[in-house]
Amino acid sequence: MMDETALVKALSEATAEVFSTMLGLEAICGEPYSETNARGQSDGIIAVIGLAGEWIGTASMGCTAAMGCRMSSHMLGAEFTEIDEEVLDAISEIANMIVGSFKTRTESYLGALGLSIPTVIYGLSFSARIASKERWIVLPFYCGDDTLNVKICFTRNRSLSRMASLVSVQAPHR
Amino acid sequence: MPVDVLIVDDSAAIRKILQRMLRQAGLDLGTVLEAGDGVEALEKLKGQSVGLILSDINMPNMDGIQLLNILKSSAAFKHVPVIMITTEGGEAKVMEAVQLGASGYVRKPFTAIQIKEKLLGLF
Repeated sequence: MMDETALVKALSEATAEVFSTMLGLEAICGEPYSETNARGQSDGIIAVIGLAGEWIGTASMGCTAAMGCRMSSHMLGAEFTEIDEEVLDAISEIANMIVGSFKTRTESYLGALGLSIPTVIYGLSFSARIASKERWIVLPFYCGDDTLNVKICFTRNRSLSRMASLVSVQAPHR
Repeated sequence: MPVDVLIVDDSAAIRKILQRMLRQAGLDLGTVLEAGDGVEALEKLKGQSVGLILSDINMPNMDGIQLLNILKSSAAFKHVPVIMITTEGGEAKVMEAVQLGASGYVRKPFTAIQIKEKLLGLF
């Protein structure tokens, strides 16, 4: 059974660490909540990273375009007022560092995890849906007037246990 | 004396941050070369000499471990200090890098102080 409190703590610490070290900003973690089949974000920036191992899941980081520019400005030491390649690259790297740090903090109890290459989506009117009924843990982070939502969804990797049982069935007897 | 540096990372944002943090760490930066992966790094090093290389481990085309292996087998670059940058825990890769001759490693997210600590003793 997954210890959700430990996951929340790991994700919260990972996000706060990236904000303080790489961005020089303080991100205050609000009350975590969960959602299932929730209507996703409809504008702004979303960075998505897949995780796979004994557990599989997805982590995402979503914010407004203004917050994306603010984070990038702090990270790169230059003023960004609109979303461009540099901002998208910075957001991708911030998400990668948060999820990478989360992975390091949780591998002792979740097992080895591989991370996918981050995908960053930016738009003014889109519809984001999660194609599963899994429950997402959402951590809102407040940074001044701006909010950043870091979400994670995890489930046990059933195909891995099926593969393991197939291997054990097919193993030759000595 | 200014130190010429090669920064290898597939993220332009990280290359920019490293450059800024090297300055904050007090390094007298000379020419800064940038590359997005190991292949590009080797191209940039043709006919060039640098005093320090910072390289990400996870990169497309040629990763940091492969690049380090080539550099440490090269007469021209085997004495150039290489600091590896990594995002994940990846203990095995970090250990491999150290065994191949990396001068140190830094985990993302990092601070200028951590970079400075890695530079101590190199210059």
